Amino acid sequence: MWRFIGIRLLQAIPVILAVITVTFFLVRVAPGGPFSAEKAVLPEVKAALEAQYRLDLPLFQQYTAYLGDLAQGEFGPSFKYPGRSVNELIGAGLPVTAELGFYALLVAVIIGGLAGVIAALKPNTRQDYIPMTVAMIGICMPSFLLGPLLVLIFGIYLDWLPVSGWGDIPGDKILPAITLGSAYAAYIARLSRAGMLEVMSQDYIRTARAKGLPEWQVVVKHGLRGGLIPVVTFLGPAFAGLLAGSFVVETIFQIPGLGRFYVQAAFNRDYTMILGTTVFLSTLIVLFNLLSDILAAWMNPRLRAQFGEQ
Amino acid sequence: MTPIFRRLIPLLLTTSFLTACTGGESNVEIGNREGILHFGNGSEPQGLDPHVVTGVPENKLVRALFEGLAVKNPWTLEPEPGVAQSWDISEDGTVYTFHINPEAKWSNGEPITASDYVWSWNRALHPAMGNQYAYMLFPVVNAEAFARRQVEDFADVGVKALDERTLQVTLNAPTPYFLQLMDHYSTFAVHPETILKHGAMTDRYTKWTRQGNMVNSGPFNLKEWLLNRRIVVEKSDTYWDRDKVRLNGVVYYPTENLVSEERMFRVGQLHSTATVPLDKIPVYQAMDNSPYVQSPYLGTYFYLINTKRKPMNDVRVRKALSLAIDRVKLTDTVLQKSGYPAYSITPPDTLGYNPPKLFDYDPDKARQLLADAGFPDGEGWPEVELIYNTSEDHRKIAVALQQMWKDVLNVHVIISNQEWKVYLDSVDTMNFDIARRGWIGDYVDPNNFLDLYITDGGNNNTGFADPRYDEMILNLAPQAKSREERYRIFYEAETMLMEQMPILPIFTYTNKKLLHPSVRDMPSNLMDSLNLKYVWLDPNWDSNDKMENPQ
Repeated sequence: MWRFIGIRLLQAIPVILAVITVTFFLVRVAPGGPFSAEKAVLPEVKAALEAQYRLDLPLFQQYTAYLGDLAQGEFGPSFKYPGRSVNELIGAGLPVTAELGFYALLVAVIIGGLAGVIAALKPNTRQDYIPMTVAMIGICMPSFLLGPLLVLIFGIYLDWLPVSGWGDIPGDKILPAITLGSAYAAYIARLSRAGMLEVMSQDYIRTARAKGLPEWQVVVKHGLRGGLIPVVTFLGPAFAGLLAGSFVVETIFQIPGLGRFYVQAAFNRDYTMILGTTVFLSTLIVLFNLLSDILAAWMNPRLRAQFGEQ
Repeated sequence: MTPIFRRLIPLLLTTSFLTACTGGESNVEIGNREGILHFGNGSEPQGLDPHVVTGVPENKLVRALFEGLAVKNPWTLEPEPGVAQSWDISEDGTVYTFHINPEAKWSNGEPITASDYVWSWNRALHPAMGNQYAYMLFPVVNAEAFARRQVEDFADVGVKALDERTLQVTLNAPTPYFLQLMDHYSTFAVHPETILKHGAMTDRYTKWTRQGNMVNSGPFNLKEWLLNRRIVVEKSDTYWDRDKVRLNGVVYYPTENLVSEERMFRVGQLHSTATVPLDKIPVYQAMDNSPYVQSPYLGTYFYLINTKRKPMNDVRVRKALSLAIDRVKLTDTVLQKSGYPAYSITPPDTLGYNPPKLFDYDPDKARQLLADAGFPDGEGWPEVELIYNTSEDHRKIAVALQQMWKDVLNVHVIISNQEWKVYLDSVDTMNFDIARRGWIGDYVDPNNFLDLYITDGGNNNTGFADPRYDEMILNLAPQAKSREERYRIFYEAETMLMEQMPILPIFTYTNKKLLHPSVRDMPSNLMDSLNLKYVWLDPNWDSNDKMENPQ
């Protein structure tokens, strides 16, 4: 097991290095620079700005200098927000986005898991079709549609929940969590349905039933454990996806998270911020994938046995 | 797995029910009682350093925290005392002597001195500072030379502290709008010791503007700065005119998403919005007691023409394109009357100046001009592309104009959007046929619009060059003896410009916002110049004229 983790971690290093290199050179190839502005800037001013951010150095030297900073854990100063370092900006946005992602995942697992299991118990009946149709709609409905719709209903017509903000007004975290979580809930519903269907046709389920266990015990004790493995494998990438993909929801609800910085940085050609967030998020994605693999292995006796042999 | 499920479901249900009831007081109601203005400010500011930032949201914040030597009266836009209690102007209009108010103090209680200004202007102009608005001080003798490293010693620049309370500024030429520039943040004084405590004079990224570190001069002090969430300022007790300040504080929200901003306003989270989504305007305009406020704005929306490329190198083609635009129809329909038709670059009534109107919508003449240029009924029209930066509103306007050109001239213009920085690059390198452009005035004077088109000017981007035009703008107008004479020269120059038509003026911008009726003394003006020192909130605003909910 440890060997497996070690190998996966070693494999991650070239991946992340490749991400850094490709991003570094790609952002510099993009037309327009961090200091191009609508009102023309004096050449002297532009030169001074570039010097302050090392952009006057040859490209390869910029690259090595950046790698040197990274090795010390420094992402450098932001171009767009003078006086703020990228570390600070990520530090400010990450807890918010992580919290949002956590609630969204919670919503997704509870709603999606329940719907999937219920559907799988009576396949190809109304009990299956209704939740699965809703799930399909959930996958298809983009958050930029669902978010404003929920705001309109619960925020404006019913006046039950705040329309924006994060931690300022009680209840302002509910709508963003549901908006962000719903698409994932739909995926999880489909995954858990498929997983449960497979498990419920296994011999050991028949054995459990033959023992005379009540149906709910068969499902909860014997079915869920195997049936939810696909869901668990999905959780790692899903959480990383939630962190990187919360931009739309953060914009709709004015949430001060990482997603807004991430996307705005690209528009602003904020080189250090683009690199910082990309490197940071790709590292997270690699780690979460690894984590969910480990978790899946731990939950699945067959995989566990494989590692045991190694 | 089951116990987790069992525990989580009731937990989630109870928390959602407990927190679901928002039925309490709104921000606006609490704010009215406590004198706190909730202000939609567009976007998260880049920073708060007056010599670093650029942009409208930054302007609104910096001008609450700092004050210029003279400030614009929000009703008349005439200069009134700020840090300087009075000033004398020499007879030839080139020497300004500012008398600093002895009561003017930094937020740490120290007096604001003339030498603070000399130090600050050195910083603002210093080539290493990279101040994008350094040119605001270029009317001052040797300021431009210093910023361009042609003069090394700042002592050669025309700003002197005669004593601690007297600042003397010498200009290259009489500059009638010079006092207005004193209200631009790039000319504001900063507290030297505070800056030096956190870094070198010209460091762009130090922590001196953070809460607790900042020492400032304006009617409000920085109380809280939560990134991307809010910035809170509170009334200063060291500000010289503090008795006039009626607000106890202002909360600025970064409201990037205008649709969300409008919703925040509807539920009482904001007193005032930064703008209004175009498709909501008719709804608000139709309301009784509407919170919608619209007023002229010192800015023009236009298209740049690359006069170096065929077929637009022919002035007849440029005129044909311009005459084929029905600006009244465009502003009435596409813009929902939120803009006024423009026929020249300078907005109307720019401090008493009105630009020439040389043409109108004239389809017959437009067709004739195009035929004269060799494209009768659009025959032989080559591929011409119009670029705009990605935005729904720009797209709507481009589509409307594309259709007008098709209908009137039978020519096809390809429209394509470009991401902002790509678009800036295209405009800057003149890699376009026609490009969308807007210009918002930095000060109320025709010069701010007309000096864009001097030969090789940084913002010219059209290839337009006319030595007579340059002479008028750069030499004749500054030397004019009276406002009338000066405006006559501008009028003549602008006539020349519009006869060559290197740009297609489209409409004059307006200021659009939603303003809660409890907000008092926040007048609209041409510059959207906000002076928070006058603003107050009326908790007893007529409760009968409560706003309708637009649905």
